[in-house]
Amino acid sequence: MSEQKKITKICLLAGKIMLQSGAETYRVEDTMLRIAATFGVESAQSHATPTGIMFSMGETEPTNFVRIITRSTDLHKVTQVNSVSRNIAKGQLTVDEAHEQLHTIELEKHAYPIYLQIIAAALASGCFTIMFQGQWQDFMPAFIVGALGFSASVLFQQMVEIRFFAELLASFIIGLCAYLFIYIGIGIELDKIIIGSVMPLVPGLLITNAVRDLMAGHLVSGLSKGAEAFLTAFAIGAGVAVIFLII
Amino acid sequence: MIFEQLVTSFFAAAAFAVIFNAPKKALIQCGIVGMLGWLVYTICTMQNVDAAIATMASSVLVAVLSQFCAKLYKTPIIIFTVSGIIPLVPGGLAYDAMRQFVENDYNMAVQLAAKAFLISGAIALGLVFSEIINQVIRKMKWTVVQQKTKQ
Repeated sequence: MSEQKKITKICLLAGKIMLQSGAETYRVEDTMLRIAATFGVESAQSHATPTGIMFSMGETEPTNFVRIITRSTDLHKVTQVNSVSRNIAKGQLTVDEAHEQLHTIELEKHAYPIYLQIIAAALASGCFTIMFQGQWQDFMPAFIVGALGFSASVLFQQMVEIRFFAELLASFIIGLCAYLFIYIGIGIELDKIIIGSVMPLVPGLLITNAVRDLMAGHLVSGLSKGAEAFLTAFAIGAGVAVIFLII
Repeated sequence: MIFEQLVTSFFAAAAFAVIFNAPKKALIQCGIVGMLGWLVYTICTMQNVDAAIATMASSVLVAVLSQFCAKLYKTPIIIFTVSGIIPLVPGGLAYDAMRQFVENDYNMAVQLAAKAFLISGAIALGLVFSEIINQVIRKMKWTVVQQKTKQ
């Protein structure tokens, strides 16, 4: 493989990992251009959108392309790619070493075991119920419902390939369990329990990132992230609303 | 009252950092950034400040703190901003708006959706604003250095 191709591959890999881990679009483009510039490619061009990255070594060079299918938030990977790109900029890494390090980063799994993530989601749900002016009696129901909802969404995401369906089912389960807690008399305010419990699923970060991208002039990224956020919010709202319709 | 808000917002922000797979050594800082942001927001709303303005004020604070942490620990700024703004994002509002849509109450739904959009705009504006401050400071330092070298 020629040197040029290797550099292109590193840039695309770094960009792909960052985009899949939820980094901002402008940062992805910036990192790719910096890596290219350190390896001596001054006029590289990159264009990142949430669904794919285009990259070329120069205006007249052929364009390379990577497709992005799944997106999540993984700050650990963003940090690691960032430190690799820092090391490249310092001149501490050769092309081959950089490629190897990025490859290991790509294969890494979530640093926290799944039960810890579920506990975290449960804790966040309970805390959000209090932060939205709920009562302490609703803390425990929100804690349990939030744990169930988050586990359901993780489970369905692995089982079903269709996007937004996992959120729909998980929020349906959240609504159902919250209603059951009210029905047996443990919870007090249905709304507060549900809002707290859906918080781990709600695309709050996506909404903000979308507006941020729009402000930075990344119109395509901003609109597509906004569409993703809208559809996710719609799925969650619809899942809970089914419960309200049945009751 | 304020105390329970502080404790819950700290744990909520730190818990979200765990869900988003933030590095272990950054968890407590994430929690503190989120807590201080929520503190500003609660104080503002207690003084009957509009929700969008309160959100913008606290997101400016979150962004400044995150920039400080990012410089200190040499990590990308997104780690701290993400957990810091999580308590501020209008997730509850967006959910509420969608619920009204599905229940055919379109008037209420559009109102809530517009509010959610405004608040997320306020967050983004706050984040950009602190970046502007940062750039201005950097440029000012640069001109000072240049003037000194000329002398």
